[in-house]
Amino acid sequence: MKATSSLPARAIQLGFLASLMAAWFIIGRTGAISPLFVPPMEAVWRAFIGLVQTNLFWSAVGTTLMTISRAYGIAIVTGILIGYVVTRSRFLTQVLEPIVSGLFAIPITLFFPLFILLFGIGPASKVAYGAAYGFFPIALNTIVGLAGVNSHYLNAARSIGLSSFGTFRHVLFPAAFPVILTGLRIGFFICFASVLAGETISSVSGVGRNIALAAELMEPARMYAWIVVVIATALVLNTLVSMIENRMRGH
Amino acid sequence: MSLTQTELPQSRAMARQFRRRFERAAQIVWTRRLLVFGGLMIWELWARTSANSELIAPPSAIVRALFSDILSDSAIRGAIALTLFEVVCAYALAVVVGLAMGLAIGSTNLSRRSLFPIILLLYAIPQVILLPLFTLGFGIGPAAKIAFGFSHGVFPVLVNVVAGMRNVNPVFLKAARSMGARRSDIIRDVTFPHMVESFFTGLRLAMTMTLLGVILAELYVSTAGVGYFTKLFAETFDPAPLFALIGTLAIMAIGLNELVRTIERRFTRWKN
Repeated sequence: MKATSSLPARAIQLGFLASLMAAWFIIGRTGAISPLFVPPMEAVWRAFIGLVQTNLFWSAVGTTLMTISRAYGIAIVTGILIGYVVTRSRFLTQVLEPIVSGLFAIPITLFFPLFILLFGIGPASKVAYGAAYGFFPIALNTIVGLAGVNSHYLNAARSIGLSSFGTFRHVLFPAAFPVILTGLRIGFFICFASVLAGETISSVSGVGRNIALAAELMEPARMYAWIVVVIATALVLNTLVSMIENRMRGH
Repeated sequence: MSLTQTELPQSRAMARQFRRRFERAAQIVWTRRLLVFGGLMIWELWARTSANSELIAPPSAIVRALFSDILSDSAIRGAIALTLFEVVCAYALAVVVGLAMGLAIGSTNLSRRSLFPIILLLYAIPQVILLPLFTLGFGIGPAAKIAFGFSHGVFPVLVNVVAGMRNVNPVFLKAARSMGARRSDIIRDVTFPHMVESFFTGLRLAMTMTLLGVILAELYVSTAGVGYFTKLFAETFDPAPLFALIGTLAIMAIGLNELVRTIERRFTRWKN
């Protein structure tokens, strides 16, 4: 069923991409839109080649990747830990779950100036900001996942004398895993986006800062080159994460 | 007589069960309130005794600052009103454009198969990297913030409209068509009622995202509006009005979210 109509669909997708590229090329040639706003394709390509050869590029990418992995690591550990503690009793779950989901309704971005104030303008504030954003989907999904584990499994685990860590390792975690995995995926992309956001808004280093800097210095070709790098990274990560997810769900 | 005799113990048991359930619910609510109150007390004590007063303000000082610095200052009131205006404009645009594009893309199999993957790819890009581009294109006024909020809000609506249209049972569509319904009739009477749940999921997400977009733009362009004041208070180490301003905006955000939820409940009531 899918194969029959996927050929015209692919053709339209390719056509869309081609016309977008053609439009960009023509705009670059004719200058229909100010090159300050849409620089010509060749200029962006040259800027990209120049950028990749600099140390600055790789150190910025390194800073951002390091910030993201730190933030995501903190979000995973605290999110799963809080999720575990909250679901230790039904009463506790009913008391605390609305507090966690209520806090999630508040846009954390509002508190961004506070993060800068508390953790400085360096990467530490972005780690904290990204971790705060990644924490909530992971914690909420862990709560929902663990609270939904069938109590027969837990009784069985208790009756064969499993320790509480053994129960978590062999019963609770595997049973709740599909729901937790969704939280981990959402948490990752929120973390990724918010670290870049933090760097763009107020920072001294990293990829986001370099995009904002290129805009401030009126170097659109360089800014576009950075944007292309981030878009490519986002698409690669997206494919990678869904591949990992499919493999983990597959077994 | 016999009727009341058989009914009485049963209703008594029901009353008991009801009371037990009610007591449990009350217990949960009061424990939660106690926890929140206790947390605020700890915050108050900690802020007054050992926290750095240049960074952390106690809740009592924040409430005082809300009235003395935030609500009484017409410039700050104006900034808050402007943010609200930007959010409402961006959200309205996102809903209208998202719905129209979603209906167009989801209406035929071919358009959905070809265009929907492109939309999903665009949705996966962290849009914040385009924020400098938005200010280059739209300046630093409300237009850039509305456009940025719109670009965040439009995708959840669009994606959920297309996903919701897929959930419509094709038999209903065939039945409507065979009875001679026009395209507009089908959309109004068959497609829309079935995608309403998915649509409202999109609307809720879109509100969160629009708020995010507008606030990000406000913070990025910190020469005017709310972004300017948060930066000012943060840089002058004046945490009480900073917390009060953030709190006001947070309450505004929760209020807008609740508004969408209330509308959702009204429109999905027929389902149960």
